[in-house]
Amino acid sequence: MTLVDALFCLLGVMAVGSALLVALSSNLVHCALWLVVTLGALAGLYLLLAAEFVAWVQVLIYVGAVVVLLLFALMLTRAPIGTLGDLNATNRAVATLVATATGAVLVTTFAAGFRGAHLEIRGADIGSARSLGATIFGSWALPFEVLSLLLLAALVGAIVLSRHQEPR
Amino acid sequence: MPVLFPLVVSSLLFSIGVYIVLARRHAILVLMGVELMLNAVNLNLVAFDAFWHDRLDAGQSLSLFVIAIAAAEIGLGLAIVLLVFRTHQHISLERLRELADRDEPQGREPEPVRGQGGAAAL
Repeated sequence: MTLVDALFCLLGVMAVGSALLVALSSNLVHCALWLVVTLGALAGLYLLLAAEFVAWVQVLIYVGAVVVLLLFALMLTRAPIGTLGDLNATNRAVATLVATATGAVLVTTFAAGFRGAHLEIRGADIGSARSLGATIFGSWALPFEVLSLLLLAALVGAIVLSRHQEPR
Repeated sequence: MPVLFPLVVSSLLFSIGVYIVLARRHAILVLMGVELMLNAVNLNLVAFDAFWHDRLDAGQSLSLFVIAIAAAEIGLGLAIVLLVFRTHQHISLERLRELADRDEPQGREPEPVRGQGGAAAL
C-alpha cells in the first residue's frame, strides 16, 4: 500500500464517518459542521485523484458558500442551538432498510464490475485550471451556456420566492 | 490504487444521503442529504475520469457542472424553506400535509396558514 492509498483510505474513512455523524447527530448546528468535514475530506479525495481545479472549486463553493448558506437558513428559521429530540421521522426503520439496500446494491455492483481494476494516478494529467478551462470552453461550450441560463433562472426564482409580499 | 476505493466511498456516501433524506424531518437536514448524494456522484465522476485517463476531461467538467447545479438547487431550496417557515412558523416535513397525496386522518385539522398571507398570494 503506497502513501497515496493510505491517504485515500484515511480521507475516505473521514468523509464516511462524518457523513454518518450528519445522519445521526441530534444537534442541527453540529450536523452542518460535520457536513463541512465531509466536504473538506471530499476535496482532499479530489486532490488525490489528480482533479486539482475541482478540489478548489469544491472548497470554494461547498465548504465556503453552501455550508454558510445552510447555517444562515438554520439561523433564520430559529433553529435551537442545543439538542433537538425529535429530528427523526417516524419511518426510520424503512429509511434504514432502503438506505442499506441502496448501499449494498451499489457496492456489490461495483465489486462485480471493477474488482482487480487498477487506477494509475502516476501518468494522469493534472486537471488544472488551464486544461479544464480549455476543455469547458472548447468541447463543453454549449452546456456551459445552458448552465449560465439555469443559474440566471435560479437567481430570479430565489428572488421571487424570498421577496416579502406587500399587504394589499 | 484499486479503483474500488473511490467507488466504495461514493456508494457509502450516497446511501447515507438516502438515509438522511428519508429519515430526517427537518427540511434543512434533508437538503444536506441531497448535497451528500450529489457529492457522491461527483466523486464517482472524478474517479472514472482518472481511471480512463480521459483526454477530454469529461468527468471533471461534468462534476463542475454538477457543483454549479447543486449551488442553484441549494439557493432555490433554501428560499422555499424560508418561505414555508414564514407562512407556517415551522419546517417539520411531517407536519406539512397540505400537498400530501392522501386524505387527512380523521380528527386532525390541516395547519392554518399564518404570516403575511404569502402562501395565498403565491
